[in-house]
Amino acid sequence: MTDMSTPPVSAIGQSLRRREDQRFLTGAGQYTDDVVMNRQTYGVFLRSPHAHARIKSINLDKAKAAPGVVDIFTGADLAEAKVGGLPCGWLIHSKDGTPMKEPAHPVLAQGKVRHVGDQVALVVAESVTQGKDAAELIEVDYEELPAVIDLKAAAGGATAVHDDVAGNVCYDWGHGNKDAVDAAFKSAAKVTTLDIVNNRLIPNAMEPRAANASYTRHDDSYTLYVANQNPHVERLLMCAFVLGLPESKVRVIAPDVGGGFGSKIFLYPEEVALVWATKRVGRPIKWTAERSESFLTDAHGRDHVTKAELALDAKGTFLAMRVSTIANMGAYLSTFASSVPTILYATLLAGQYKTPAIYAEVKAVFTNTAPVDAYRGAGRPEATYVVERLVEQAARDMKMDPAAIRRQNFITEFPYATPVGLTYDTGNYAAHLDKAMQMADVAGYPARKAASAAKGKKRGLGYSCYIEACGLAPSNIAGALGARAGLFEAGEVRVNPTGTVTVFTGSHSHGQGHETTFAQVVAAKLGIPVENVEIVHGDTGRVPFGMGTYGSRSLSVGGTAIVKAVDKVIAKGKKIAAHLLEAADTDIEFENGVFKVAGTDKSVPFGSVSLTAYVPHNYPLDKLEPGLNENAFYDPTNFTYPAGTYICEVEVDPETGKVVIEQFVAVDDFGNIVNPMIVEGQVQGGIAQGLGQAMMEGCSYDPESGQLLTGSYMDYAMPRASDIPNLKISNVVTPCTHNPLGVKGCGEAGAIGSPPAYINALTDALGVKDIAMPATVERVWRAANNVA
Amino acid sequence: MYAFDYQRPGSVNDAKAALSGDARYLAGGQSLIQAMKLRLSSSERLVDLGGIADLKTIKVDGGNVVIGAMCTHAQVAMSADVQRACPALAELAGGIGDPMVRNMGTIGGSIANADPAADYPAGLVGLNATVHTNQRTIPADAFFTGLYETALKPGELITAVSFPMGAKAAYVKYKQPASRFALVGVFVSQGNGGVRVAVTGAKSSVFRATEIEAALTKSFTPEAAKAVKLPTTDINADMHASAEYRAAMVSVMASRAVAAALAR
Repeated sequence: MTDMSTPPVSAIGQSLRRREDQRFLTGAGQYTDDVVMNRQTYGVFLRSPHAHARIKSINLDKAKAAPGVVDIFTGADLAEAKVGGLPCGWLIHSKDGTPMKEPAHPVLAQGKVRHVGDQVALVVAESVTQGKDAAELIEVDYEELPAVIDLKAAAGGATAVHDDVAGNVCYDWGHGNKDAVDAAFKSAAKVTTLDIVNNRLIPNAMEPRAANASYTRHDDSYTLYVANQNPHVERLLMCAFVLGLPESKVRVIAPDVGGGFGSKIFLYPEEVALVWATKRVGRPIKWTAERSESFLTDAHGRDHVTKAELALDAKGTFLAMRVSTIANMGAYLSTFASSVPTILYATLLAGQYKTPAIYAEVKAVFTNTAPVDAYRGAGRPEATYVVERLVEQAARDMKMDPAAIRRQNFITEFPYATPVGLTYDTGNYAAHLDKAMQMADVAGYPARKAASAAKGKKRGLGYSCYIEACGLAPSNIAGALGARAGLFEAGEVRVNPTGTVTVFTGSHSHGQGHETTFAQVVAAKLGIPVENVEIVHGDTGRVPFGMGTYGSRSLSVGGTAIVKAVDKVIAKGKKIAAHLLEAADTDIEFENGVFKVAGTDKSVPFGSVSLTAYVPHNYPLDKLEPGLNENAFYDPTNFTYPAGTYICEVEVDPETGKVVIEQFVAVDDFGNIVNPMIVEGQVQGGIAQGLGQAMMEGCSYDPESGQLLTGSYMDYAMPRASDIPNLKISNVVTPCTHNPLGVKGCGEAGAIGSPPAYINALTDALGVKDIAMPATVERVWRAANNVA
Repeated sequence: MYAFDYQRPGSVNDAKAALSGDARYLAGGQSLIQAMKLRLSSSERLVDLGGIADLKTIKVDGGNVVIGAMCTHAQVAMSADVQRACPALAELAGGIGDPMVRNMGTIGGSIANADPAADYPAGLVGLNATVHTNQRTIPADAFFTGLYETALKPGELITAVSFPMGAKAAYVKYKQPASRFALVGVFVSQGNGGVRVAVTGAKSSVFRATEIEAALTKSFTPEAAKAVKLPTTDINADMHASAEYRAAMVSVMASRAVAAALAR
């Protein structure tokens, strides 16, 4: 039984060390690739070397005869077995009311390949090496076709990526009041215009995608280990939409997962192929992506081309915003691809400002490139980049201070209904702007700029006042906007007889530290030591249900489900305590792990109540079930709205174009904070990722052949520790008004807020209107030296 | 990786004898093994030179520091002899790749591979070094002949590289942001034989920037180097940098190398 003699201080707000790090840092983590099954075989995918080609024939004779080959499958096998394509989870309608185009997304190529790396065949072999040897012996006769690579030329182009989508447009979507916006522009004193590109990124999770599928004849069931952020969603999509299997016969386990950043939300062809093939070969099949495969086939991120306009009156008040974006879907619609440049993008274009009228149109196009889908921030970084670049440029056009023009237009009264469909519940934007300006010593900036100039260097300062919608999402709102799934979360709190607690959550931790944060929440609520709380996640066989982790939703939605289950535990515990204390239920209070009769010194500790629940000798069995095990589903009533101010100060060496980030200040409002250390880590990681996008990361395809030019770390530039300055991180708190913890989410903020801060600082230093991301040293050098 | 046979001889003669048919020397493997893992390269047999103790010594011999072909980058960087005799070379070795590469990669392996963006070729040409093989000696200026090409004949084995001591020298590398290889690397020296400016990363092979050498011969100052505008003829252009930018960076890095050499 738990010792209650020294009740612990509330664990909420403590920077407890991440309990999961012990196993990660000592090699005791259990990742998908660590799982080796009895009679294990290995899958190797033969992938397309062409961006676009017709498959005239496939000859497997030599490959099937190669040593160690168990079997080889192609699209023809799947077609014969009537296995369909992968579904898209979000339906978008074009302006004209027609539904988006959803061309087939085959598990293995059906007659055509549509991007370099498209999967053509699955070789199942006794070893990876034997599988690769056999794959080289597969003879595929391709008829190469012209490739659609350039985003701007894709729409209406002569070549169609999909024969049933002429012109390559998936949808042409509009959002907001176009007439009101057009009218406001006509009466504006000033219009600021920007043409910007949000560069395409490759996710690069440390652990590559991996899956290990097995089938047992004993009960005709399947088990899939997979590096995934939402195992229940994976199971639902795979069973209901592709393989036609009952979910009760499929267990999906996402064990330790080494980073996702969105790229492991999606249902991918590889894991579906493995689950289908494992029954055919009667043996488990494992596939772990090599890094080259990750570059070629993980869903990429961003890839927008945008024209944005802001109308202002003579005093700098924003009147209206007009945005036109082309978004790349890649070759196939990935699981949530359609929602990213629409629902998660245009709804955020109000930013922190009272802009009364906003209209956005988004054309999504297919190209012969890897699918594009959610990547840390998903739509919100793209929106923030548009808004914050535009606002900064407006200040320059109006010859106003960039902080002043923002302050003048801030939303100050809450709740606030934006013209793009969201209702912000709370916030205090001036508070984080003030704090950030103080931390950045903006007052001392002119002297620093002069000192740089004296050394022949160019210094610049840039702001970014971001907002995001997190805590996805109220299911009814999401459903009205086209979501084909709910977005609630589930949690189960199982109190063990001796008072320890096992918590089952539908959220999934792949780096976020849930095992620590969630334990802190439960320990604080129950007044028990954090060590007595175990968090279980990532297994459809153990967790009741779950929608998973993305959109900074875990604590605000998943955490709330747990809190609700804990509340049920406490409510039942009060009834048990009332019986033990011979008092009325309504007189029992619960505090610091002790049930007591209000106004008396009669009490019973949590551990005694839990023991009584499982050893119900003295128990109101006529009125109450034994046991102490509760679950809850929570569907939020609104999104949460984390917001903040980032200030970046850079110094440019005009001789080389090298940029040094002199300081980077981040002041965020995430609402209440459970573990400040973990939150700071999330902000650091997010900012590093955002600065990576701004400074050096950029996916590049050859515009003619469609070959991926940035197919390895030799050419795809990831930020190193030496590229990122020591960050100055702080926060302000306005608690979220609609969840019991008052939390908003912190996972994506850094990646959302940092790119415009960096580029605004850089364009300020260089005195130019735009510099394309990634702002490579050569681009900076050209701008600094007026070299075209 | 395809299957291959592996041999680890203990002497140069045994190594030579082992190299028959489809075989290659393995001298650290920091490029070769990567290519083999990607199935871009294969050989029936690898002859690992790591077992030949004679190739792993560093000694000062008269006016030269002589570095055995199988000395690792870390060994060269940490060598008190090299640090004293040729500090610019020690710094160059200490800036190659990352610690894992420096603990495995060797000087002989690096120059035999002749990667156009490798650091050592600039050090050899910049210091007017001599390459010793099991057959002859080759001046550095004549050793690097093209993209991944050297003057080595089939089966010829590098045994050591000797560097003249006493030059005032420095190496400055401007890194490609992804690979961290040299986008442009410039090795400058001023010694008995005059001024040398050796450039890596900018063409298909290391080369001497004779325009900058001429300017520095007149005035060994950063300003003199910076003022030279190199032609873009034959300068590499790729997604990381245009020829125009690389050419400009050669002059800038040369000026910084001169400043570093003068500050020694």
